[in-house]
Amino acid sequence: MNRITSYFKSLLLIELCKGLGLTMRYMFSPKYTMRYPMEHIPKSNRFRGLHALRRYANGEERCIACKLCEAVCPALAITIDSAPREDGQRRTTRYDIDLFKCIYCGFCEESCPVDSIVETSVHEYHFEQRGENVVTKSQLLAIGDRFEADIAAARAQDAAYR
Amino acid sequence: MSAQPANEKAPDLVTIEIDGKSMDVPKGSMIIEAADKAGITIPRFCYHRKLSIAANCRMCMVDVEMGGRPMPKPAPACATPVADGMKVQTRSDKALHAQRNVMEFLLINHPLDCPICDQGGECELQDVSLGYGRSVSRYTERKRTIADENLGSLIATEMTRCIQCTRCVRFMGEIAGTYELGGMSRGDRLEIGTYIGKSIESEIGGNIIDVCPVGALTNKPFQFKARAWELIARPSVAYHDALGSNLWLHTRRGEVLRTVPRDAEAINECWLSDRDRYSHEGMYADDRVLQPMVKRNGVWQETDWDDAISVAVEALQAVNGDELGMLVHGATSNEEGELLVRLARGLNTQHVDHRLRQLDMADAAAAVPFGTSVEDMSQVGAGLLIGSQLRFEMPLLHHRLRMAGKAGAKFFAINPAKFDYTFDTAQTVVAPGQLVDAVLGLARAAVDAGATAPTALVEAINGATASDEAIQAFAALKDASSAVVVLGEAAALHPQASWLRAAARFVAEAAGAGYNELPLGANAIGLARTGVLPGQGGLDAQAMLAQPRKGYVLYGVEPPHDFADGAKALAALKSAAHVVAFSAFASDALKDVADVILPIGLTPETDATLINVDGKAQVLAAGAQVPGDGRPGWRVLRAVGGALNLAGFEFDDLAGLRDAVASHEIKTGGGLAERKAAGEGLVRLATLPIYRGDAVLRRAKALNAHPLTTGAQVRLAPAEAERLSLADGDKVKVADAQVLPVLVDADVPAGTAWIEAAYAETATLPPYGAAIQLIKA
Repeated sequence: MNRITSYFKSLLLIELCKGLGLTMRYMFSPKYTMRYPMEHIPKSNRFRGLHALRRYANGEERCIACKLCEAVCPALAITIDSAPREDGQRRTTRYDIDLFKCIYCGFCEESCPVDSIVETSVHEYHFEQRGENVVTKSQLLAIGDRFEADIAAARAQDAAYR
Repeated sequence: MSAQPANEKAPDLVTIEIDGKSMDVPKGSMIIEAADKAGITIPRFCYHRKLSIAANCRMCMVDVEMGGRPMPKPAPACATPVADGMKVQTRSDKALHAQRNVMEFLLINHPLDCPICDQGGECELQDVSLGYGRSVSRYTERKRTIADENLGSLIATEMTRCIQCTRCVRFMGEIAGTYELGGMSRGDRLEIGTYIGKSIESEIGGNIIDVCPVGALTNKPFQFKARAWELIARPSVAYHDALGSNLWLHTRRGEVLRTVPRDAEAINECWLSDRDRYSHEGMYADDRVLQPMVKRNGVWQETDWDDAISVAVEALQAVNGDELGMLVHGATSNEEGELLVRLARGLNTQHVDHRLRQLDMADAAAAVPFGTSVEDMSQVGAGLLIGSQLRFEMPLLHHRLRMAGKAGAKFFAINPAKFDYTFDTAQTVVAPGQLVDAVLGLARAAVDAGATAPTALVEAINGATASDEAIQAFAALKDASSAVVVLGEAAALHPQASWLRAAARFVAEAAGAGYNELPLGANAIGLARTGVLPGQGGLDAQAMLAQPRKGYVLYGVEPPHDFADGAKALAALKSAAHVVAFSAFASDALKDVADVILPIGLTPETDATLINVDGKAQVLAAGAQVPGDGRPGWRVLRAVGGALNLAGFEFDDLAGLRDAVASHEIKTGGGLAERKAAGEGLVRLATLPIYRGDAVLRRAKALNAHPLTTGAQVRLAPAEAERLSLADGDKVKVADAQVLPVLVDADVPAGTAWIEAAYAETATLPPYGAAIQLIKA
């Protein structure tokens, strides 16, 4: 019986037609392939990409050099030096993140009591020179300034779940 | 018949039970002491074992049961004395409930600004709140804030964080004895502060940082620099006085960031003087030598070790043995001292000395351990201080004597100016020229009381008269169960110190008191034992400068400040053809005289052995890295000795060296200086300011901004000022060299110009005891 069924199946090219049918269906259905970098996959507001240091609306940097991120970092990627600023406030004099060491776990962001260090949704960056993998405080603040609107929007979306 | 019961307990013990654990504790002790001894933790803020009991934080509430009946309310463990049969529960529901509620009240006005607080991570409030508090605050009302006080350059304040435990207030009153802090207002308005807005001027005030359980009082030079968890604590020993206080160096990446006390009940208890606590700032001064330096054609160049050592070796070979003098700083370790002695032997010179600040060498005195142990100092019944500004010379010894004073000890002092003590002292003030006579008067009182004077002193003592004060003082010393005679730096540096030493030693012996002479240098006793003293026919430090040598080795010495007579020292060093300096710092004066500077590590950066005033050898391991290309001193000496092919430099490691360090018999001459009649005119009294004592201290910024560092000035008695028609703040030209301000001060005796040493302006003035001329500028 089996042999007869399989004989007719191959004689009538049923499997071929099925296969071609699938091909045809995909040919006319919407495409999944992204035309990167012209197109992007939508990202979660919790995406953990490039780091940034944020400022308050009045331009004051948020970071108060409590060093919790440095302590919590499992990859020891963060290095902080601190000292009193001229006005006596506690501030960092150095805030370096080694992006080669960083594992993008987001613990730094979780530990920050003032929402200063954050991971933005930016994941497209590269280094051309040795040493560029260590991003400094001024670079991190500049990243924060540039993406502040996105960062704030993402935090606002997520706030309800925290 | 039958055996006695085995558990017969001493009559002054009672049996109590804490958390089901039965124990015998002394009658009259508090529950918290018993629990601490048994290792049972009771949370506390205001209780401190060295301070009186205040019982005002209420954190140590425990559940107490007496005679089978529970007490109606929980009791504070720090203020409830133990009683026989008492049962204490520290973790019962009732106790925990009480603790949790107290914790909630303590946190009501606490700002909870842990992220910016330096205490964060090492805070008793954080720990106790985590262990005994509730997890979420229910308090939503306004918190109070308190204005900060400026307590000076050493202590940072954030008084809003204060929980009013009053430990600092009790410390300043009971231990420091200066009563500089107090509580104002009461209830929820209670504020801790100085009454009059002045800074803390006590020499041990830094300890309030340690006793403060919260971040209200923190270390100012260390402010915001690092977190407790970043620091590695390494045990070390203080090296600014010979007490040898035990301490922890808190280091990060090899750099000392702060210093805290390490418990040593027999030495520093749990305290540390500000001098030892804040001196580490000086280690990283701008003129720290990071590279070996060589002077070529009058120009200093940084170079490598091979080159620098070959220059040093050439210089040492160029001077004939007898023409070489070696001057060693008093804080140098035993190991380095031993190598310097070997170097001297190898180079055929007998001229080695570490007693750079001593003016009178007639008796060839070298430092010896105290006759009374430091621990016993707090129990003495009477004391005599001779020429001792003890508060500044050895702050924690002064604190020990204060403890004795509080227990009723009688103290007498004979000083060349009225010095400040925080215990009651019958002080006799005489001009430096009359100091010997005053001490001989005391010896006379001893002879009159039946003692036999040593032959060398008989004539002088017979010529002296015993004043009423002297007779009283001697009687008190003799009557006391235990007594001490302390010979301070103002006596040991005196131009006729040999007389003072001999007479003081005699008085101490006659009265049955311990004779304690402050060593001039943190390891002066060790260096004397190691034999860093002139050999057979060798010249002492003064003679080496009076008869200038062709070459000098300076080990850890900073000219001109480390010498008794700075001007003479500079002249001698300048005239020398070769000066090899082993130094951590390159001051301008040193660069002026030296030909090569070999950078060595300071005491905290070196494996070292120091001997303290009790004669106790304390071995310490290097706690910090030597900055730059510097090396520990013993390694540098090893390299120099090796390059010179000298015997005794074959060892491979420190253990090999330590095995061979021998203790030498200390021989003192017992000679006496020539008595000089006091001349007309003003005589200089030179004391060392507390924070200018050595090269590191002179570079410690915060200490030099402290009010105890007054700056160079001429202090004159009112009568003297009037005679010279000078007033406060007038400028005078001193000894035709420096223009200094005048301070009219009733503490100074007539005929005396008190000019502190070791300031840039005063280091090269005529030395202690020399006639000094003032001309109004």
